[in-house]
Amino acid sequence: MLSAGFALAGGCARHGDGAGADGRPLQVLRIGNGAEPQDLDPEAITGVPELNIILSLFDSLVGADPHDLHPIPGLAESWDISNDRLVYTFHLRSNLHWSDGNPITAGEFVKSYQRTLTPAFASEVSYKLWCVVGAEDYNHGMLTDFSKVGFKALDDRTLQVTLRQRIPFLLKILATDDVWDPLPVKVLARYGPLDRKDTGWTKAGRLVGSGAFMLKEWTPDQKIVVVRNPYYWDAARVKLDAIEFYPVVDASTEERMFRTGQLDITSQLPSTKIDVYKREHPEELRLEPYLGVYFYRCNVTRPPLNDARIRRALALAVDRERLVGDVVKGGEQPAYAVSYPNDGGYTPRARLTGGVAEARRLLAEAGFPGGKGMPPIELLYNTFKEHQDIGEAIQAMWLENLGVRVTLRNEDWKVYLDSQHTHNFQLERAGWIADYMDPHVFLEIWVTANGNNDTLWSDPEYDRLLRSSLDADTEEARYEIYQKLDSILVEECPVIPIYYYTSFYTVNPRVQGWWPTLLNIHPYKFVHLDRT
Amino acid sequence: MFRFIGYRLLQAIPVMLIIITGTFFMQRFVPGGPFTAEKAVTPEVLRNLNAYYHLDDPLWKQYRDYLWDLCPKAFHPGALTQGLDLKQAFGIDFRPSFKYPNRTVNEIIADKLPVSLELGFYSLLIALAVGLPLGVLAAVRRNTWIDYLCSSLAMTGICVPTFVLGPILVLLLAIHAGWFNASGWYSPIDRILPSLTLGSVYAAYIARLSRGGLLEIMSQDFIRTARAKGATETRVIFKHALRGGLLPVVSFLGPAIAGILTGSFVIETIFQIPGLGREFVNSAFNRDYTLVLGTVILYAALIVGMNLVVDVVQVWLNPKLKFE
Amino acid sequence: MSAAPQAVPPQQEQPERGRSPWADAWRRLRRNRLALFGGIVVATMLVLCLVGPFFSQSYEDQNLDLGAAPPSVAHWLGTDTLGRDLFARILFGGRISILVGLVATLVALVIGVSYGAIAGFAGGKTDAVMMRIVDILYALPFAIFVILLMVFFGRNIFLLFVAIGAVEWLTMARIVRGQALSVKHMEFIEAARALGYGRRRIIFRHIIPNLLGPIIVYTTLTIPAVMLLEAFLSFLGLGVQPPMSSWGVLIKDGADKMEEFWWLLVFPGSVFSLTLFSLNFLGDGLRDALDVRAAKD
Repeated sequence: MLSAGFALAGGCARHGDGAGADGRPLQVLRIGNGAEPQDLDPEAITGVPELNIILSLFDSLVGADPHDLHPIPGLAESWDISNDRLVYTFHLRSNLHWSDGNPITAGEFVKSYQRTLTPAFASEVSYKLWCVVGAEDYNHGMLTDFSKVGFKALDDRTLQVTLRQRIPFLLKILATDDVWDPLPVKVLARYGPLDRKDTGWTKAGRLVGSGAFMLKEWTPDQKIVVVRNPYYWDAARVKLDAIEFYPVVDASTEERMFRTGQLDITSQLPSTKIDVYKREHPEELRLEPYLGVYFYRCNVTRPPLNDARIRRALALAVDRERLVGDVVKGGEQPAYAVSYPNDGGYTPRARLTGGVAEARRLLAEAGFPGGKGMPPIELLYNTFKEHQDIGEAIQAMWLENLGVRVTLRNEDWKVYLDSQHTHNFQLERAGWIADYMDPHVFLEIWVTANGNNDTLWSDPEYDRLLRSSLDADTEEARYEIYQKLDSILVEECPVIPIYYYTSFYTVNPRVQGWWPTLLNIHPYKFVHLDRT
Repeated sequence: MFRFIGYRLLQAIPVMLIIITGTFFMQRFVPGGPFTAEKAVTPEVLRNLNAYYHLDDPLWKQYRDYLWDLCPKAFHPGALTQGLDLKQAFGIDFRPSFKYPNRTVNEIIADKLPVSLELGFYSLLIALAVGLPLGVLAAVRRNTWIDYLCSSLAMTGICVPTFVLGPILVLLLAIHAGWFNASGWYSPIDRILPSLTLGSVYAAYIARLSRGGLLEIMSQDFIRTARAKGATETRVIFKHALRGGLLPVVSFLGPAIAGILTGSFVIETIFQIPGLGREFVNSAFNRDYTLVLGTVILYAALIVGMNLVVDVVQVWLNPKLKFE
Repeated sequence: MSAAPQAVPPQQEQPERGRSPWADAWRRLRRNRLALFGGIVVATMLVLCLVGPFFSQSYEDQNLDLGAAPPSVAHWLGTDTLGRDLFARILFGGRISILVGLVATLVALVIGVSYGAIAGFAGGKTDAVMMRIVDILYALPFAIFVILLMVFFGRNIFLLFVAIGAVEWLTMARIVRGQALSVKHMEFIEAARALGYGRRRIIFRHIIPNLLGPIIVYTTLTIPAVMLLEAFLSFLGLGVQPPMSSWGVLIKDGADKMEEFWWLLVFPGSVFSLTLFSLNFLGDGLRDALDVRAAKD
């Protein structure tokens, strides 16, 4: 009797789909979303949990196709590109409205970009707009007249963007990057100065956006609820009535919530559960390639890693198949080059070849045959079970295959990042997730002055080639340049690629329209719940 | 007694000041800052960020400005009934969080403290309801199988850590039996599993400490006298022994209550509870300077307060003690 | 109570042999079966962890093909996800955990008991200042403190003891001080004072022995807390580095994987619990044995 009562009460929280006004059962999608979002202002934040929610609240100039994320019309129904590829003219649709009913005009786009680039606002993502003429100078305070920056509203429905250099993949960036989303600046101004981050304009009841959904409830660390936006230009296509985002950080907790039906989709899955789901619920398991690379960074100024042969030897002596099959087990692909295969149609031809035999030869050539005389190398990683397991496995591999001793050092996240940025490491575990789907994204990091390089490796030829890729006439020509870059990276090994990421998570089979995409972005207007 | 309390409150001021100052400066020497991120912030953007948050001011100036914001500047305690807004009520401004720029630390505390208080309250209830009887029983029936049983039960609370007990309870009662939600803090039923888990550890401490304390007292002369005078065993325990026997429990409870009320990081992670315990740990890991200070100040106030209560209770329990 | 006086031949009367309190205590302890059992288990665990690693398999040899396997003839307690023998890892991990448990607890004990006894006995302003210092140290954020320690002193195992000891002595001091406050008003202390004994002598030879009861109890509670705290500190990068492990880390790892690989939790957990249970009963026995007020029978 008592247990029945519990079950009833517990059950209520689980299957919370009520009925809509017309008696049709409500379609409420419940998503596990990882960390609690820092903020929902697209101009201030950078993280994945935030972007997942922002995707529902704000629309972009250019949308992303739900199957492969290629650019499709969004707020802009069409666009023209000038012959010199520097000027993009976007034609906005005629029926665009904010979620409070007011019309969206091109001028508001310009004001939004101005806010992002205002130095006093101190946006962490403003650098993403620096490809536009004058934007970087304005952001540094060297230019104070925004009319000189390359954003212009030619009229209420036409936005013109002038770049300072060609970017062949700009539309790909626009499809997935939310910093280009317009904000209703008049609404923001109601709650405080535009250049303050703490006006609280993103709270429920205040936030106004252009997306398929509106913010209804935000209970920190409990859940965020967004409901259908009736003013959305494509509202007819939207089938979901609401989406509930649950900020669950612990993967085991999230998996348990999925099992009891509290969640329809999880953000991750404990790696030990992958085999279990493969066996018992394969229809719920998703193992999808994810556009990111797991690698080890070398500090090329610290011996013995200053010798490219030693770096290459280390890279070759890692048994990636074994690692991916027995240690990580998420269906990841071993990585023998830095660039991601089949990224925007590009696959690197360069490969680390030769295996352990070649590794030993290189090590001997560098003066440490069989690892004799080689000082121990320290591997730094941020505390996380997976990184520790991989580190321990590779530590054993290097000892067995090369006779090289490696010590492990773990630090908590911020200390680890600080060590990375101050170059206080020899070898460091790292990962890079792409912001957009073009091979440029993984290759631009290794340019000499790039703030994310941190290997202290510098090759002027590499820099020159990368710059020239932006001026290539065709995508084919551009991709050929990238092939050269990948060869250089495989030759020099400033980083040791280990594997290409996969996303692994669980999805309730009643969710439809959730196709696998490389960036794990799923535009919600194409998603619905199967009632059968 | 009131003079004693008054003195202690006066002492609390320099204590809090030292804690605030210590934490403020300690944080700044730790590697990594609030904006240290995987995708490195460019130096120019970093300069803008530092300017926005006044992190480029000299450190003593930042300290002074922060202290001024913290000072109570108003007195409207009535505002507390509308939500725990310390800024409205007392003019205490903890400033916006670094990690959550659109929320102030005041808001975060106002949202999360009630949750932690509730979780702590239920856990404490369970801890006392289970721990005290176990401890008393074990002491009274010393060295019999009852004692061994009670002591063993108590020890399981310590030997089975919360990060083991919690998931086991969830697996058994929520997933297999289906009686509860796997996690969350939505309905009243959700309070049960987390409180049980958190309470178990404290129950173990209370059981062991009360057993030890009681045994100390029970071997004393005045107990023997009472028995010789013909008092029943129950009377001996409850009227004479318990007061002194509970002394170590009371000493322990002071800081323990402060700890339990500010939630537990592990419990909140396993059961997805929006409490303050996670913020204690996460704020330090995120280098969220203002949130660290906010949580530390809150915790310090609780510690000072609870220790004061404990000291008062100790005098009441042991008539030989005086307020010094 | 003597029997009715009888005529006893003078030669048969034996003088009563005096016994020191320690001999008394030892005798009482020996008679407590459960405490003895506890003592034996603890001693066995100590020997196993000290000596066992010389005879066991390697704790770091991986067998990626095998992965996590249940107990078998080759691996008595099974293997972990990297194919390493669990029995060996528990033995090696035990060394670390027991070392940390004993040393850090000792540090906390020495500092906490002296500090608390002095504060309680002194009373007045001294007590107030000392206890306020405890309050302050309580409230300062622990994680930040540990990271700072690592910044200034590097990351060696000695620092681990300092970090743990620095936190655990605080509650011990509070409890001891509370007890000292009540003990100091007892008649025998007044007697000692009347006899002119110095303060240090009174504290260390009269008060503290009377506090042994709660001290022992709280010590047996501190040791498991210390072992689990070590697991938390390894998260910060302090403490043992992989491939070495400790019981706390093994248990945490096992808890994450308990549904798939039950042995990863059950065995380290059982060893941990058994050791602490035994320590607990040993402590109870010690407490009983050292109870100065227990009747001499």
